[in-house]
This record gives sequence, C-alpha cells and structure tokens, in this order.
Amino acid sequence: MSDATVSEIALPRAPGKAGRYVYISGVVLLCAWVLIPLYLLLVNTLSSPETVNSFPKSFIPEFDLGSLEFFTGFSGMLVALKNSIIVAAITMVLSILIGAPAGYALSRFDFRGKELFRLLILLTRAFPLPLLALPLAVLFIRTGLDDTAFGLALVHTTLAIPFSVLITFSLFSGIPIELEEAAWTLGCNRVTAFQKVVLPLILPGITASAIFAFVISWNEVFAAAVLTIENRTLTAFLLQTLSESPLHLKFAGGFILVVPALIFIFAVRKYLFAMWGIANR
Amino acid sequence: MAEIQIKNVAKRFGEYQALSDINLTIADQEFMVLLGASGCGKSTLLRIICGLETATEGEVWIGGRRVDHLAPKDRGIAMVFQNYAVFPHLTVFENIGFGLRMQKQPNDEVKRRVERTAELMHIEQLLGRYSGELSGGQRQRVAVARALAMEPDVILMDEPLSNLDALLRLEMRAELKGVLAESNTTAIYVTHDQVEAMSLADRISVMHQGRIVQAATPVEVYRNPAERFVAGFIGNPPMNFLPANRADAGKWTVAGQTYDGPHAADGSVEFAIRPEDIAPAESGLPAKVRLIEPLGAHLLVTCDVDGTMFRAVLESDLELKTGEIINLAPHADRIRWFDKSTQQAVA
Ligand SMILES: Nc1ncnc2c1ncn2[C@@H]1O[C@H](COP(=O)(O)OP(=O)(O)OP(=O)(O)O)[C@@H](O)[C@H]1O
Ligand SMILES: [Mg+2]
Repeated sequence: MSDATVSEIALPRAPGKAGRYVYISGVVLLCAWVLIPLYLLLVNTLSSPETVNSFPKSFIPEFDLGSLEFFTGFSGMLVALKNSIIVAAITMVLSILIGAPAGYALSRFDFRGKELFRLLILLTRAFPLPLLALPLAVLFIRTGLDDTAFGLALVHTTLAIPFSVLITFSLFSGIPIELEEAAWTLGCNRVTAFQKVVLPLILPGITASAIFAFVISWNEVFAAAVLTIENRTLTAFLLQTLSESPLHLKFAGGFILVVPALIFIFAVRKYLFAMWGIANR
Repeated sequence: MAEIQIKNVAKRFGEYQALSDINLTIADQEFMVLLGASGCGKSTLLRIICGLETATEGEVWIGGRRVDHLAPKDRGIAMVFQNYAVFPHLTVFENIGFGLRMQKQPNDEVKRRVERTAELMHIEQLLGRYSGELSGGQRQRVAVARALAMEPDVILMDEPLSNLDALLRLEMRAELKGVLAESNTTAIYVTHDQVEAMSLADRISVMHQGRIVQAATPVEVYRNPAERFVAGFIGNPPMNFLPANRADAGKWTVAGQTYDGPHAADGSVEFAIRPEDIAPAESGLPAKVRLIEPLGAHLLVTCDVDGTMFRAVLESDLELKTGEIINLAPHADRIRWFDKSTQQAVA
C-alpha cells in the first residue's frame, strides 16, 4: 500500500499541454489504483454478511456494524493488539536511535566508502524476508529471542532502518552547516549545538520518521507469523484466524489493519514528500 | 589583549592549495580587512582563525596563546557568517542572546545586553520576530548583533554587509566602524569591495590566489602597491602600466619620454601611474584620445599610449576631442616601477 502512495508522489511533473493530459490521467489512474480497493474494503466491512456474499455487489455501504462488533469481542484480539503496539513502539525507538545518528553522519561527515555505505543501507531491502526466515528462526531459538516482542522488533528495525536513515539524512542535509558552526562559535560543543539548534529544527521530521517506522512494523506480517507463536502481533494473528473465517470477517479484519496505517501515513505525508526530494507543500 | 598571530599557515583541500604560507600579525584592537577577489581564500583563512577549519600547516595564536587545538568556543571569538546563519527556530531576541545563554548569564543581564546591541544595530523593534519574517538586510544585522552581544576579544566578519543595498551599506559601514572602535575589539573583516576596505580598515591585507601579497595601511596599499597585482586590483580605474626600456643607469624610456627609475633593476621593468596622477602638459606621454567619459567633477579619458590602453582622470573643464593627440605628464613622485619577472615593486 505504501509503495503505491510513494510512486504516486514521485511522479515527475509533465511538461506542456499534451503532457498535462497524460499527467492528469496518470494521477487519476494511480489514485483509483489505491482508493478503489480501499473503498470496496470499506463497503464490505460495513455490510451485513448476506450482502457481502451475495451477487451482484453493492457499492453503497449499509452501515451494518456487525462484522466490526464481532472483533471487539473476539478473544486474543486485544492481546494481539497490545503486542503489535509494543513491537511497533520498540521498532520506532530503535530505528530512530540507530537511524538518526547514521543519517547525521552521512550528511555531515566525509568518510571513505560513504557512497558504498548509502548503497548498502538500501541493499538491506534487497534480501527477501522469506529467504532469511529460516536462518533467523534458528538463530532466534538459539538465543532465546523467539516468540518475544523484542526479537520481532529487532527484525522490524532492520526493515525500518533504511527509511529512517534516508529520511533523517535528508532532514539533516536540509539544515545548513553554518547554523551549527554559528552555535559552535557562540559557546556550544558538538553535542550542545545539536541539542539547541539541530534537534529543535528536525524534531517534526524525526517524529514523522518514527511514525513511519511504527507503520512498517505494524504492517509487517511475514516475520511476525514466522517468529512468534504465543505473542502474535495483530497482523499475524488476523492472518492466522482469518484464513479460516467467513468472507465478511476477512473484510472487517483487513479494514481494522489498514485504517491505523493509513491514518499514520496521512499524518506524516509532508515529510515523505521531503524524503523523496520534493519541496514541502 | 587579543593580538592575533598567524604563522606559516597553509591549507590544502585534497590537491588544491587554498592557502599558502600565510604570515600575519594583527595588533590588539586593530581593524584588519582581508581584501581579495572571489575564491582567493579569504573565508578559508577566517575559518582557520576561528577553528571551523584546521590548517594543513602552521600555527594560530590569539592573545599570546596557541589556539590551533582549541574548539571554536574556547578561542574568545565571535563570527559573523557570510550567509547570516540566523537560527530559524528562535526569535531575534533569543538569537542575539544565544551566546549569553550558553555562558549561563542571568536573565536580566541577557536582557540588558541584547537590548543594547539591538539598539546599536537598529533592530530593537524586531526582537520578537523570527528569521523567516526578516529581510536579508535585517537578518544580517541580527547576525552582527549576535556576535557583538558576546563582547568578544576578537570579532571575525565574513562580508557582513554584502546583502545590503548601497545606501544602507554606506550607513551600516559607518556605524559598524564606530561600534567596533568603541568596543576595544580586534576585528578581521572580509570583503571583496575595495571601497569598503579602504574606508573601514586600519590595515588591509590584500589576498591573491591563497597568498597575502601586501598587508599595510589603506593609503600605503593605494600609494605603494607591493606587487603588480595589488596595483591593478586596488583603485577604480586601476593603475596604468606601460613598458619601459633602459636608457641609462637609473633612466628609463617610456613611450619616447625618459624618466628617473630604479637603478639596480637589470631585467625589464614596467612603468606604472595612477589615472589621477596625470595632468596635460606641454611635453609628456603622447596619448591619442579614444573615449571621454564625464564623471561630473572629472573626466575619465581613455587613450592610447604607445599601443597600450591608458586611462587618465582629468579636470572636467578641459576641452578634448576623440582622436586628438595630447601630452600627458605624470607627477614624478607618483611614478611606480614593477619588475616584469618577479612582479614586485622596485624603487
Ligand atoms: N571544503 C572545501 N573543499 C574544497 N575546496 C574548498 C573548500 N572550501 C573552499 N574551497 C576552495 O578554496 C578556495 C578559497 O575558498 P574561500 O571560500 O576561502 O574563498 P573566498 O575568498 O571566501 O571567496 P568569496 O569571496 O567568493 O567568499 C576556493 O577556490 C574554494 O573552491
Ligand atoms: Mg567567502
């Protein structure tokens, strides 16, 4: 879902009148690509089981809350929700603690292999998780990290770090070094200058990057399903239970998963623009 | 007491030699101007003095203390940056008071000093604003005020007036000079504007391609340029140069005229004279008038002497026509000579 949003944002501005037509239809197409499934999800979530299973499909929601109410009473649901929040919160903290200093170093220091380092950060996303799942599971069982929120959060952190590094890198690069230098000449050392000048300026961006990490963890299902058994996160829990559930519950479960992520992404959209090198609007 | 000594400083960026063999002593409370064309290394030298850049070679001493290894905050200096560097998340008041707050000064002391420097820079009505709500000129004043509020021993300024309009610049220049004279501060001021340099400086250091070619009072730099580069760089219009041929011991022929010149020089020398040190006369350098530009009080006359372009600033009541040939006599005591191979002035 996030990928689709991103490609929509990164679309280059088309030149000329003819290009403009192509551009607008492209935007409409991409919006439809993202929005129509979401709308169908919404319609089916708010429909009674009979309507969901009947044919032809209705495109107007009935506002039947039965399916959603089912989940509030569903045992294990709250525990899974709590797990999801814990794992996502740890992921958020870790990815900022590790990602922000890396982003700072990338933007402020010249060191050997800097370009390679940047490439490597992106390459961490090049390994498909299923490939790593088995060795990871074995490793986790040996170290006792299996089936713990912290262990899962570690895996999610590695997924979130490329983004937190790149986002904070662009944030730091947007702050002229002269501001820090001015602070140094006015009585600050590197640390206090960071606290007094850089931090206040990037705090909103850091928050956004933290929320982004939260969403990545929240949405992740594969590692969660493989590495946890008792302490399932919401995604893994729903995946497991919903595969044997009737259709209307699948829709409702999907809806419950998608909405928080959507809200979060919407909240930080401005900083995602910045991340892809497009001026804030 | 804050005398600044720069000893044998050199700076290389990779292969590029940005500064070479800089030796300079700036006396306590002196106003030193670094003057040079864009890219000659002025900012780099300033950044080395304040500790934002490390010299590849050499030493920096401030107030009798070697400071190379000290962080910028421990050098007792304040700096005004070329692009203001006003903190965007703080009000003008907090910007000016930033250094004082770092020194843990009590609140009322911060308030007193911020208000006083703000008044000095005429920005007291802006204290509540943020940097985004200021014009470029106002931001520049905030940057200067922020440095002054520290009451530093040494203040370094990197083209602090470059973004002001001509009138404001003139005004600020005078004010800055007054403020700094009162504050007992040693100042180094970077500019590429020679008029600014002339009017502000106790001494001017002219920089060229990473070297200091002359460090002297404005009058000395103007009257007795140490190097041909300085002669051509300072003054508007710049000095005129003409080739000279040795006639006799201490005698040189320039465009058919003979003048007293250096004795020792055996190689070829160049004759040099400022455009305003020339007057029309019965006999003198034969000049064919090419262009006449009235400047109000004077005429700027561009001529052709011996196939070389030659400019003269003459009395405006003179009747001249283009194409006319006139005789221009240089004031004998204003003639300067430069060695062609070393480019140095020779007496
Ligand atoms: N960090 C750096 N890395 C490489 N080269 C640099 C660096 N900083 C400066 N230089 C080079 O050193 C030379 C001197 O730069 P400097 O900024 O001191 O010039 P300047 O005299 O202040 O010019 P201006 O009047 O344009 O500000 C320039 O040629 C510049 O390209
Ligand atoms: Mg400069």
